[in-house]
Amino acid sequence: MGLFNRLIAKVRGTSAASALDWKEIEVELLASDLGPHLVAELLEAAKKMRGEDAEAAIKEILRSKLSQRERALIAGGEQKVILVVGVNGTGKTTSVAKLAASLKSSGNSVILGAADTFRAAAVAQLQTWGERINVEVVSGKEGAEPAAVAFDSAKRASEEKCDYLIVDTAGRLHNKNDLMAELGKVKRVVEKVLPITEVLLVIDGTTGQNGLAQAKIFSEAVDVTGIIVTKLDGSARGGVALAIESALDIPIKFIGTGEGQGDFAAFEPDSYIDGLLA
Amino acid sequence: MFESLSSKFAGAFGALRSRGKISEKDIDAAVIDIRSALLDADVALEVVEEFTQKVGDKSLALLATLQAGSNQAQAIFDVVNQELTEILGGGARRIRFAKNPPTVIMLAGLQGAGKTTLAAKLAKFYKDQGETPILIASDLQRPNAVNQLQVVGQSVGVPVFAPEPGNGVGNPVRVAQDGIKFAQSKLHSMVIVDTAGRLGVDQELMQEAIAIRDAVSPQEIFFVVDAMIGQDAVRTAKAFQDGVGFDGVVLTKLDGDARGGAALSIASLTGKPIMFASTGEKISDFDIFYPERMASRILGMGDVATLAEQAKKAFDGDSAKKLEDKFAAGEDFTLDDFLEQLEAMSKMGSMGKLLGMLPGAGAMKKQIDNFDESEITRTKAIVQSMTPLERRDLKVLNGSRRARIALGSGRKVSEVNALADKFTAAQKMMKQMRNGGGMPQGMALPPGMPGLPPAPKKAAPIQKKKSKSGNPAKRALENG
Ligand SMILES: Nc1nc2c(ncn2[C@@H]2O[C@H](COP(=O)(O)OP(=O)(O)O)[C@@H](O)[C@H]2O)c(=O)[nH]1
Ligand SMILES: [Mg+2]
Repeated sequence: MGLFNRLIAKVRGTSAASALDWKEIEVELLASDLGPHLVAELLEAAKKMRGEDAEAAIKEILRSKLSQRERALIAGGEQKVILVVGVNGTGKTTSVAKLAASLKSSGNSVILGAADTFRAAAVAQLQTWGERINVEVVSGKEGAEPAAVAFDSAKRASEEKCDYLIVDTAGRLHNKNDLMAELGKVKRVVEKVLPITEVLLVIDGTTGQNGLAQAKIFSEAVDVTGIIVTKLDGSARGGVALAIESALDIPIKFIGTGEGQGDFAAFEPDSYIDGLLA
Repeated sequence: MFESLSSKFAGAFGALRSRGKISEKDIDAAVIDIRSALLDADVALEVVEEFTQKVGDKSLALLATLQAGSNQAQAIFDVVNQELTEILGGGARRIRFAKNPPTVIMLAGLQGAGKTTLAAKLAKFYKDQGETPILIASDLQRPNAVNQLQVVGQSVGVPVFAPEPGNGVGNPVRVAQDGIKFAQSKLHSMVIVDTAGRLGVDQELMQEAIAIRDAVSPQEIFFVVDAMIGQDAVRTAKAFQDGVGFDGVVLTKLDGDARGGAALSIASLTGKPIMFASTGEKISDFDIFYPERMASRILGMGDVATLAEQAKKAFDGDSAKKLEDKFAAGEDFTLDDFLEQLEAMSKMGSMGKLLGMLPGAGAMKKQIDNFDESEITRTKAIVQSMTPLERRDLKVLNGSRRARIALGSGRKVSEVNALADKFTAAQKMMKQMRNGGGMPQGMALPPGMPGLPPAPKKAAPIQKKKSKSGNPAKRALENG
């Protein structure tokens, strides 16, 4: 039984659960990065429950906060284009490669666009991945216009009639308007060739409440359709993703659980919620 | 959900201010607001509790000693701010240099924290102080981390020891060991070791970090942490402390809008000093850590979204237009313009420092960061005590005029002198900008802002000389 479950067991069925016990539960919930607002709401609901299965009830409340939207990749037409965005160092490039590997292994043809022309050696990083997973990478020079590279990759994808084009982009902090505008441009330029079917925002699982601002502002800029939460192989529980779903109704689609290409999975609400209360 | 912290704090202290006399109950209420603001900022609950307890107690103790009529709310706010600054600035010191060079700095942290970029920034920082650093590429894990280090090393003109290609090939401990020998043979005075990102829970990789540490015997191990990190900061920091161990902390990505409450958690739980702040993707986006700035950031004294709006309101108005027109027409920038700009600034409330986060204002961020609210009020008082002639032409200010202005504004003559000097410098800067360009389009920043040093020439180099003071706050003053 996890710590949280023990705590819940302590207060379960006792109307006389002491303030101290509740405090411990609050500590655990907050430690998951759910954020003070959601936690306050949860505690309030939990305190009303007496004699029932409090743990199940808390899980139910958490589940009710999740988005009802489809978690599979959007079907789209013949050719699907996925734009991958996020702040610096969250795991975009790695996720692009993992997603490509997973799509490829289920029989799809995939091309990658290396539109992070800003960070030193970012293009080479994606190329290394491309070789590893045996997927073509379209790139320009470092320092090239990212929109131009994205455009070239879309052109290439359209010629090749591949099933998926995945475009990696440079990390950018959402409070930098010029960089957000640049992202909008990348999107528009790609859409001159092929419609973008999906925009995936990569959120680092260790991120705190700032994840909400990231999701909100990236959504405003490029209409995020899904989230990838990375680094869930560590001690972080990634609760901010649930806060994002609850606030913005953007579904988490995938999770990253390591640096290898196989450390990637479709998001499963139940195991995620279990992890939050671990 | 996106309710701004600053409004919460404004609430807490606004409520206090509106009372003539503050009661114990008021303090309790304020403490509750502070608690929730800190949690929103990602401060760990255990730290929040300890902090609020302390602040509550201190405020109550203080309350008894405060005179009626004194600004009690301000006094209590000062307690909060001081307490926060103290924890954040605790143990502040310069790095330890090796008795027998090279001085070895090892970087450790989670994946994606920003270690490689930081390695180059540190190298540049110390190179500018006369050290001869070399970088060692011991991140052989992440694809092309070695290339990245080579590129950034080259961009700052610092050699990179990279005998292994990385991408999973090579032994990072061996590279570190050989790197030290190489540095010794080439008489480098400093070595900075970049390592792969690792999770606190990854025992195997933690052992590897320990082996690297033992191979290079660093004077300093820096724990590099992303300012956006949430509650995991505590677990991870403890895991690194118990594992490889660290001597100081570096916060990265502070150019974002995260409150960075992790800084408070880590400083308070590990007792290790926060040494540096990384504030952008460019090599020059780097500075020593200023606890007092971080304190106001965590307290949410500024809120980028709100600020952006208010700044727009304040500066979209007529005064900005007028100033721009004058600027274009080549007219002199007068104290009257200055006053108008100050008024626009104070309309914006207490958020001037965050102006630097607005697009285009980045170049002025340093100056803006040093911006002091209360100085607006003081400066305004001085300008308002001047005659129209004096405002138009500062050259007429002789000793007796200065004395009169000081008396009229309730300030010291030395303050009047300081303003006159600063304003003259600002005027000069305006002229230079007109000749050389550099004023952000459509963004008429108040160029005579108090605290604004004369003419920012490109990006001012950070702290050229070695600091004399171990206290970051004092160092900040030394740097102007
Ligand atoms: N432990 C762990 N590390 C990850 C995961 N995803 C990415 N990383 C690492 O995080 C770092 C930054 O990843 P990268 O893909 O370069 O981030 P980007 O800057 O967003 O493109 C690299 O060291 C990756 O290996 C994950 O799910 N778990
Ligand atoms: Mg990348």
